[in-house]
Amino acid sequence: MIQADLNVILPEIVISVYAMLALLGAVYTGKDRLSGALTWLTAAVMALVAMWIALSGQGTNVAFGGMFHDDGFARFAKVTILLSGAVVLVMSQDYMARRGLARFEYPVLVALATVGMMVMVSAGDLIALYMGLELQSLALYVIAAFRRDSVKSTEAGLKYFVLGALSSGLLLYGASLVYGFAGTTLFSGIIAAAGEGYTPVGLLFGLSFMVAGLAFKISAVPFHMWTPDVYEGAPTPVTAFFATAPKVAAMGLFARVLHDAFGGVSHDWGQIIAMLSVLSMFLGAVAAIGQTNIKRLMAFSSIAHMGYAMIGLAAGTALGVQAMLTYMAIYVTMNIGTFAFILAMEKDGQPVTDISALNLYAKREPARALALLVLLFSLAGVPPMLGFFAKLGVWQAALAVDMVWLVVASAVASAIGAFYYLRIVFFMYFGAEGETLQTARAPVLWVCLMGSALVMVVGVVNMFGLESVAAAAAATLVN
Amino acid sequence: MAQIILFAPLIGALIAGFGWRMIGETAAQWVATGLLFLSCLLSWVVFVTLDASVVQQIHILDFIRSGTLDTAWAIRLDRLTAIMLIVVTSVSALVHLYSFGYMAHDDNWDHHEHYKARFFAYLSFFTFAMLMLVTSDNLVQMFFGWEGVGVASYLLIGFYYKKPSANAAAIKAFVVNRVGDFGFALGIFGLFYLTDAIDFDTVFAAGPQLADTQLAFLWGEWNAANLLAVLLFIGAMGKSAQLILHTWLPDAMEGPTPVSALIHAATMVTAGVFLVCRMSPLYEYAPEAKTFIVYLGATTAFFAATVGLVQNDIKRVIAYSTCSQLGYMFVAAGVGVYSVAMFHLLTHAFFKAMLFLGAGSVIHGMHHEQDMRNYGGLRKKLPYTYWAMMIGTLAITGVGIPLTYIGFAGFLSKDAIIESAWAGTQGGYAFWMLVIAALFTSFYSWRLMFLTFFGTPRGDKHTHEHAHESPTVMLVPLGVLAIGAVFAGMVWKKDFFDHEGVTKFFGMAQHHASETAHGTTEGSDASHGGTTKHADTGTAAATGHEAAAMAHGQAPQGAIYMAPGNTVMEDAHHAPKWVKVSPFIAMLIGFFVALWFYIINPEMPKRLAETQRPLYLFLLNKWYFDEIYDFLFVQPAKKLGTFFWKRGDGAVIDGSINGVAMGIIPFFTRLAGRAQSGYIFTYAFWMVIGIAVLVTWMSLTGGAH
Repeated sequence: MIQADLNVILPEIVISVYAMLALLGAVYTGKDRLSGALTWLTAAVMALVAMWIALSGQGTNVAFGGMFHDDGFARFAKVTILLSGAVVLVMSQDYMARRGLARFEYPVLVALATVGMMVMVSAGDLIALYMGLELQSLALYVIAAFRRDSVKSTEAGLKYFVLGALSSGLLLYGASLVYGFAGTTLFSGIIAAAGEGYTPVGLLFGLSFMVAGLAFKISAVPFHMWTPDVYEGAPTPVTAFFATAPKVAAMGLFARVLHDAFGGVSHDWGQIIAMLSVLSMFLGAVAAIGQTNIKRLMAFSSIAHMGYAMIGLAAGTALGVQAMLTYMAIYVTMNIGTFAFILAMEKDGQPVTDISALNLYAKREPARALALLVLLFSLAGVPPMLGFFAKLGVWQAALAVDMVWLVVASAVASAIGAFYYLRIVFFMYFGAEGETLQTARAPVLWVCLMGSALVMVVGVVNMFGLESVAAAAAATLVN
Repeated sequence: MAQIILFAPLIGALIAGFGWRMIGETAAQWVATGLLFLSCLLSWVVFVTLDASVVQQIHILDFIRSGTLDTAWAIRLDRLTAIMLIVVTSVSALVHLYSFGYMAHDDNWDHHEHYKARFFAYLSFFTFAMLMLVTSDNLVQMFFGWEGVGVASYLLIGFYYKKPSANAAAIKAFVVNRVGDFGFALGIFGLFYLTDAIDFDTVFAAGPQLADTQLAFLWGEWNAANLLAVLLFIGAMGKSAQLILHTWLPDAMEGPTPVSALIHAATMVTAGVFLVCRMSPLYEYAPEAKTFIVYLGATTAFFAATVGLVQNDIKRVIAYSTCSQLGYMFVAAGVGVYSVAMFHLLTHAFFKAMLFLGAGSVIHGMHHEQDMRNYGGLRKKLPYTYWAMMIGTLAITGVGIPLTYIGFAGFLSKDAIIESAWAGTQGGYAFWMLVIAALFTSFYSWRLMFLTFFGTPRGDKHTHEHAHESPTVMLVPLGVLAIGAVFAGMVWKKDFFDHEGVTKFFGMAQHHASETAHGTTEGSDASHGGTTKHADTGTAAATGHEAAAMAHGQAPQGAIYMAPGNTVMEDAHHAPKWVKVSPFIAMLIGFFVALWFYIINPEMPKRLAETQRPLYLFLLNKWYFDEIYDFLFVQPAKKLGTFFWKRGDGAVIDGSINGVAMGIIPFFTRLAGRAQSGYIFTYAFWMVIGIAVLVTWMSLTGGAH
C-alpha cells in the first residue's frame, strides 16, 4: 500500500533526496566552490524530472488516502514549474558568481522550494496544501534575503517573512473554519459538504480566508504590497525566480482548491475572484507607470498579469482553467526572457535597474533591443505576439460565461498597462542621448532572451500545441 | 486581339511608371507610346472588320463570385465598343506623341526632377482604365473602369502637385465625381436588386419587366425603369460635367494641356454619353428619364455656351465648349437617337482634341501664357497651328453646305442632333436651346480665333518676340486629327444617321424600318413620300419576332436598342427646311458678330461689357455656380468638419482620452505610490482591509441561499 503511495510521489522524493544529499555533500567538500557545478546539476535534475513527469505520467493517481493527486493538471503545472525553475537557475549562475553570491545553498534552496510547489499543485487535502505551501515559502524567505550584507535584501526577506506569516495565519484560520464546518480536511469531503444545496456561511468564511492566503502568494491586490519591495530588494536572479515558478504553483494551488474543494459553489467565489482580478489588473497597470526601477516595474507587471490569469479562474469552467494554464505558461516564458535581459543590464560592471539607463539602447545593441521589444509587446498583449493570445484565451473563457464587464475592464486595464511597456521601447529607440547601458556577455542570458522572444513570435502558428495539452490538463481538474 | 488592345496600355503604364529607372526616361516614353500605337492600330482593324450583328464576349477571368452575384471580367465587342475603341486609342496615341514635345521642358519642375515617365505612365494608365470602361460586359466592370479613369483624371489634373490650385482642382474633380458615382452605384445596386444580375445581357432583357415594376425609394414609389435610368444618368452627369455637376471641368484645365485634350475633351467626359447609349435598352423603357436628360442636356448646352462667350483663358473657353457639346450629345441620347449621340461623340473627339492640342501649341509657343487678351496676331508666328485651329473651328461651328451632306465633321453631327431635337420634342425647348447654343458656339470659337491669331500683338512684348512654332511631334498629331475633323462627318454620316445604315452598322434587328413605315404614314409632314418604300413584308415579320424575343426575356439584338415606337430619327429626316438650315444661320450670325466685335470694331466688346455690366459679370462668374456651391455645400461642410474636429475630436475625444491619460491615471499612480509606504504595518493593514471586504462580500452574496 505504502509502496504504491510512494510511487506516486517518487518525483518529489527524488528531488528532496537530491537536495539533501547535495547539501550534505557540499558542506563536507568544497562548499561555495561547488556552487557553479551544483547549480547546473540541480537544473539538470529538475529538467530531467520534468521530462520524466511529462513522458511517463498516465491517468489520475491518488496517494495517501486522497491527500496527494497526481493528475494531468498537476503534471502540467509541475512541468512548467520545474522547467522554469531550471532555466532561472541556469540564468542566475553567472550573475551570482560575479556578484559574490555564488553559494551552494542557493540551488539547494531552489530545489526544496520546487518540491514544495510540486506538493502544492498536487494537494488533495488541506494539510498537504499547507505543507507544500510552507515548504515553498520557507525556502523563498531565505533566498529573498540571500544577500546578507545588503540592507535592501534583508529588508525584503524580513518583509516577505512577516507578511507571509500573516497570510499563512489567515490561510490556516480559513482552513480550520472549513474543517470545522465540513468535518474533514480532504478536498473530496469538503466538496461534498459545500455542494449539498445549503452551504454553511462558515464554510464560505473559511473559503474567504483561504482565498486571502492564496491571493497573497500570487500577489493579488490588496494582498500584493510585499511584491514590489521584495522584487526590488532581492537579488535579481531571485526576483526572476519569484516572478516565475512560485506564481505558477500558487495559481495551480488556487485552481485546485477552488475546483476540487469548492467546485460546487463556483458562483460564490467567482465574484470574489473577479473582483480581485479587476483590482490587480488596474493597480498593476496604474502603479507601474510611476516606477523608474525595472524590477519594481516587473513586480507591478506580474501583479497585473496575475489579474488576467485570474479571469480564467473567475470563469469557473474547464475552459477558464485551460486559459489560465495557457496564460501562466506564456507568462512564465515572457518573464524568463525579460529577466534574462534585466540580468544582463550593467554599467561599469555594476548591475543597473534604472529604466532611464535604456536610453537609445537600440543603437548600441539592435538585436537585443529588438528581442526586448518583442517581449514587451507580448507582455502588453499586442498582436501577433503570443501574449495577446494568452489574453484572448482568458477573454474567451470569460465571454463564454457572460462576464462581459470583466473582459471590458481588463481590456481597459491592458490599454493603460501598455503605456509603461511601450515607454521602455520608447526609451530604447527614441530616448535622450546619454550614457548607455552595457550588457554582460553571458551566452546563457543571450540564448534565453532570444529564445523567449522567438517563441513569442513563432508561437502564433499553433502555440506549440500548448492549448490542447492545457485543455487536457484542465479537463482532469474540472468535470 | 481585343486583349492586346486592352492590356497594351496597362503594360505601357507599368513599364513607364515602375521601370523607367532601369530603362531611362526617354525609353519609357517610347515604350508607352509605341504600345499605344499598337493598340490604336488593332482598334482600327477591329472597327473595320467588325461583324456588328454578333456581339462577341471574350472571357478574361472570373471577377467576383458571391452568392447570386457572378461577375466575369469579359470584353464585350460590338459596334459601340468598337467606336469607343478607335476614339480612345487614336486620340490617346496622338496625345502621347504630342506630349513628347509639350512636356519636353516644363518650368514647374527643376532640372534634376523627373516627371516625363510619370506623365506617360498616367496617360497610359488612363487609357487602360478607359478601355476597361468601354469594353466592359457588366456594370461592375464598367464601374471599375469608371473609377479608374476618375483616379487617372485626379492624378493628371494634380500633375503639377506643387501648385496649390492644381491640387484644389484635382480634389474638386474627384469630390464632384463622387456625387455622380453615388448615383451610378445606387443604379447598379437597384438593377442587381431587381434583376439579380449585373451583366448587360440579363439587364437589357429585363427592360420591359422593369417598366412594369414599382420601386420604393426615399419618400415614394417610383417606376423602376425611370428611377434606375435617372440614377445611372446622375453618374453620367458627374463624369460628363452636365449642369449641377459641371463645376469641376473648367477647373480641371489646371492639368497639362495634353491631358485636357485626352481626358477632359475627347474621352473620359464622354463616358456618360457612352453609358446612356450602352444602357439604351433600359432608357427606351424610361420615357420620363429621357425627357429629363433632354432638358438637362439642352440647358447645359445653352449655359456652357453663354459662359464660354466671355472667358479669357483660352483653355477655359474650350472647356466650356466641351461642356456645351456634351449637352448636345445628351439631347440626342435623350430623344432616343443614340447613334447620333455617338456620331457627335466621334466627330467631337477629333475636332475638340485638335482644338485643345492647338491651344496647347499656342500656349507652348507663348511660354505658358494662357490669357487670350495677351495674344493677337499670332497667325504669322504659328502658321501650322493657325491652320489646324482654323479647321477645328470650322468643324466645331459646323461649316458646310446646307441641305447637303458636304461639310466639316461638326456640321453633320451637330445638325443631326438639332434636327433630332426638333423631331423628338416637336420643336420645343431643347431645339431652341441648341440653336441658340450653336450661335454662341460660333461666336466664342471665332472670338478665340480672332483674339489669338488676328489683330495686333498684345501683352508682353518679349513673349511675342520669342513666340515660336511647335516642334514636329506636336504638329503631326494636329494634322492627323485635322483629317478626322474634316472627313469624319461625311464618311460616317450614313452609318450614324440613316435608319438603314444605323441598323446595319450597329447590328440591330430589322424591325425599325417597318415601324417607321407605320409611324410616318400617320405623320403630319408631307415631305417624306419616298421613305415608305423601305417597308416590306419581310421586315414586318422581323418586328413580330423581335417583340416576341423581348417578351421572352432575351436581350435585344445589336449594340443599341431603339424601341419599335421610336421614330425620331426618321422624323428628323423629314424636318422642315428651316429647321435644317437653322444651325447654319445661327453659325453665320455668330461668325459675323464675332467678326464685328473683334476685327472691325474692337472697342465694341468693352463698351458692351460696361453697359451690360451685371449680365457680363453673371457670365464671367459662370452664373455664380461656384459661389452658390461654396455657400451651400462647401462652407457648411467645412463648418461641420471644423466643429467635429475642434469640438468632437479635439475637445471630446482627445480631451477625454488626454484627461484620463494625463490627469486621472497619474493621480492614481501617485496614490498607489503613496500607499506603497514601505512599512510592514501598512501592508498588513491593507491585507486586513482586504480580508474584511472579502468576508463581508461573501456573507452578503454567498449566504443568500
